[in-house]
Amino acid sequence: MSLRGWLFRRRQREAELGEEVRAHLRMAAQERIEQGETADQARIAAAREFGNVTLVEEVTRDMWGWGWLETLLQDLRYGARMLRRNPGFTLVAVLSLALGIGANAAIFQLLDSVRMRTLPVSHPQQLTELRLADTKGLRGSVQSGYSVLTNPIWERIRGHHPQAFSDMFAWAEDDFNTAPLGEVRHAQGLWVSGDFFRVLGVQPAIGRVFTGTDDHKGCGLPGAVVSYSFWQREFGGDRSVIGRKITLDYHPVVIIGVTPATFTGLDVGQSFDVALPLCSQATLDPYSFLDDGTIWWLSVMARLRPGSSITEATAQLSASSTGIFEATLPKNYPRENVKDYLQFKLAAFPAGTGISWLRQQYEDPLWILLATAGLVLLIACANLANLMLARASAREREIAVRLALGASRSRLIRQLMVESLLVAAVGAGLGLLLAGALSRFMVAFMSTQGNTVFLDLHPDWRVLGFTIGAAVLTCLLFGLTPAWRTTHIAPGAAMKAGGRGLTATRERFGLRRALVATQVALSVTLLVGGLLFSHSLHNLMTVNTGFRQDGILIVWADISNRLNLPVKRRVPFKLELLERLRAIPGVDAVADVRYLPLSGGATSNVVWKEGSDQSHGIDANFNWVSRDYFKTLETPLLAGRDFDTRDMPTSPPVAVVNQAFARRLGLAPNPVGERFRRQATPSDPETDFEIVGLVADTKYRNLRQDFGPIAYLATSQDTRFTNWWVQILIRSNVPVGNLTSRVRQAVAEVNPEISTEFQMFKTTIRDGLLRERLMATLSGFFGFLAALLATIGLYGVMSYLVVQRTNEIGIRMTLGADRGEIRKLIMSEAALLLAWGLGLGIMLALAAGRAARALLFGLQPYDPGTYALAAALLAAVALAASYLPARRAARLDPMVALRYE
Amino acid sequence: MKPKTQRYQNRIELLQGTLDMLILQTLQWGPQHGYGISQSIRGRSGKVLQVETGSLYPALHRLEKQGWVASQWKQTESNQRAKFYRLTAAGKKQLLSEQARWAQIVNAIAGIMSPVLREGQP
Repeated sequence: MSLRGWLFRRRQREAELGEEVRAHLRMAAQERIEQGETADQARIAAAREFGNVTLVEEVTRDMWGWGWLETLLQDLRYGARMLRRNPGFTLVAVLSLALGIGANAAIFQLLDSVRMRTLPVSHPQQLTELRLADTKGLRGSVQSGYSVLTNPIWERIRGHHPQAFSDMFAWAEDDFNTAPLGEVRHAQGLWVSGDFFRVLGVQPAIGRVFTGTDDHKGCGLPGAVVSYSFWQREFGGDRSVIGRKITLDYHPVVIIGVTPATFTGLDVGQSFDVALPLCSQATLDPYSFLDDGTIWWLSVMARLRPGSSITEATAQLSASSTGIFEATLPKNYPRENVKDYLQFKLAAFPAGTGISWLRQQYEDPLWILLATAGLVLLIACANLANLMLARASAREREIAVRLALGASRSRLIRQLMVESLLVAAVGAGLGLLLAGALSRFMVAFMSTQGNTVFLDLHPDWRVLGFTIGAAVLTCLLFGLTPAWRTTHIAPGAAMKAGGRGLTATRERFGLRRALVATQVALSVTLLVGGLLFSHSLHNLMTVNTGFRQDGILIVWADISNRLNLPVKRRVPFKLELLERLRAIPGVDAVADVRYLPLSGGATSNVVWKEGSDQSHGIDANFNWVSRDYFKTLETPLLAGRDFDTRDMPTSPPVAVVNQAFARRLGLAPNPVGERFRRQATPSDPETDFEIVGLVADTKYRNLRQDFGPIAYLATSQDTRFTNWWVQILIRSNVPVGNLTSRVRQAVAEVNPEISTEFQMFKTTIRDGLLRERLMATLSGFFGFLAALLATIGLYGVMSYLVVQRTNEIGIRMTLGADRGEIRKLIMSEAALLLAWGLGLGIMLALAAGRAARALLFGLQPYDPGTYALAAALLAAVALAASYLPARRAARLDPMVALRYE
Repeated sequence: MKPKTQRYQNRIELLQGTLDMLILQTLQWGPQHGYGISQSIRGRSGKVLQVETGSLYPALHRLEKQGWVASQWKQTESNQRAKFYRLTAAGKKQLLSEQARWAQIVNAIAGIMSPVLREGQP
């Protein structure tokens, strides 16, 4: 039955019951009249005999069942009416809760999808990731943060996998260019072993997915499996897509299948567009990783056999590790690390929630933000509780009358709580809507030009549960105490107390003071947090990097496209390209570089002074740059010379080093002319370098690291230049749009087959600070919100206090207190509350600050300046807010104040 | 102060079995409205049993919910509209079992009470 129908029938029955009772009364009266009583007498006697009509009806209705529902509906109706009658209160309450709950739910939603959700594959809890227990002595080229194993190792494990696993697969992420020509179009690629989809239980939406037979050495390009979103975006969901070709890194590949919409890969925070079998890497890329034991590019996952545990699996892996690494030791593995390689141990780690760079980056900040948002909600609750208390004292007489008439206390509390529950429910509903928008905004915030963050933001049961929990909790927080207090007064006292005022007793007023002091304390904590993160971001943005970030354009030029350049020809070709770019009018300097500073890319090797030996060496960072690199970055060349045309593949190897390098290696302050040796790498033997220049220190991998030793080698001497793209930096004052079109034209003149891509260097550095910016923005916003709420709370309580003490103020004035004294009286009350709040808040902030330590740069969590600033800001605003009620008190007319009721 | 509803409920509980039986018994002689039932019980008990309305109407509505009585709006002899209750087939069966149970209880209580009376006599 529909609720509407049910309500209708219910009302009909109620009417019938009323009619039945009236018939009873009429018949009883009729009989008395027949016995000779007057009509009036009969009616009254019949009614007396019958008893309390309402009550009889009530207990009769109880027999129908659903009595509790009826009273609930009644309470709801009553609550809704009370809220409608106080639109101001309702608006403030609902909005502040919607904001508070919305912010919490949004952050929780992100945490849920980044941290808690399991992968949308079959039996995700069985998935484990295989990694090296310890990577000490790992040499070679690590392709990404997730790359943990080489292909020879994977092939070996696949052949001899431990009993504890039922199945395994390997995969790697890559970036494919889907444009056949011209500017690069990125697609997120996956290299997958043949069993990848089968083991994950991913069925194709259309077509087919890879099987074990697709993945074998020499497979060429047997086809591509594309994701549902790629299929929708690029082909509009056309079912005839199977058999059509797409271009991946200039190779045509046939589409053989589409994965279902639910499957977005194993990397949380990233989706995928195109998957190719591992074996195709040898064909698609100019250099094959398949037989190279020093290229760490694969992630390996395994499914635990039902009944097996991770510990068991790790023990078995550990036992078979010796065999695996003995069989796969690469011939070119550096001598000094062979022992480490043979001692590598594989271990299994739970991977039911996938792996995620995003999670590593954002999990801690998100927890901090959730705590922050939780505090804001708490402050909002305190505000509401204060409002409710003020309202409750206005309704004290009403409640007292109802208590005196015999209403039960529990029923009254229930009624008041239903009112709070209504506010909380509406607030939570709006909050959930807000949360959707907020979390989408935050995901957009985390995305950059080269890295689109993808998260499944459909609210699941956890998000709903969290929101409902937050609503119920807030409702209890702001509703229960006022309701309990109002109903626990002696009705007689309350009815009398409404008359001529005494000052509110300290006990009854104490709660509200405590609430305001708590609000102030919490908002100091949040303000300190907001200021710390903003300050930290500012520090990172202004830290001395050792180069000038402005005015540099990065150009990525892809020189693999059908240029068919033999390795030997690449370096001269690149130099020619750089020369052509230098000729562009308005260009100040041009250089190419292997690792863009602050981009996260890095190589380090052990180096030692000539005449010393490897055991006395230090770890130094390396970079490969062309001439004019230092000029482009405006890093001062302190001594010696820059690279130039003398440094060719055939000439003796030279290096430019920074000051930290010279210092750490114990070289002379001007080390030009001295020599150092670099340990052997998988690709190069041990080499001797002559230092030809000294440059100032610069940041290398990221902004947070201190200046470290860097050795720059010349790209012109890099005979093993196997990259198929060049990274070029251009310093120029020409506007970006103009500059890029000139560069594009110049590159096309060299060779029209070269694809290009552009970005400002400053933008990539700013993108590297996204996490810090998110923290600073959100925690700053929350701090501001908290201070605002606390100020409103203080204002409310001070105003209420003035109203409560109007009579007293009148008496004081009559007795000779002047306006200044009255103002001082009120302001000192406010100052006392503020002082308590500030003291408590600072202690709270000191305790909480430790959680933020790891995220701060260039200042300590107990930075005194920040604390002073937060306290001063809050004090100024709060005192200004209390000045208004104080002034109002001082302006009272003593006569009016005395008569005030 | 306890809510009033609870006081009434206690009394209903106390009387429940008997009141239900009395109502069913009264209805055996033909359909009757609430006022009529209370008057009938009062009359037949020699004005000893006074059924409170606060017990009567909840009992009637409960019996109706259980399907032992059915109700209908009809005109009274004095041309008033009133809700008449009548016994259903299930109600008749229930009445028979209540009567049997009542007889049992009366016997049992008599069995306990009579010896005491006899011993108490000189």
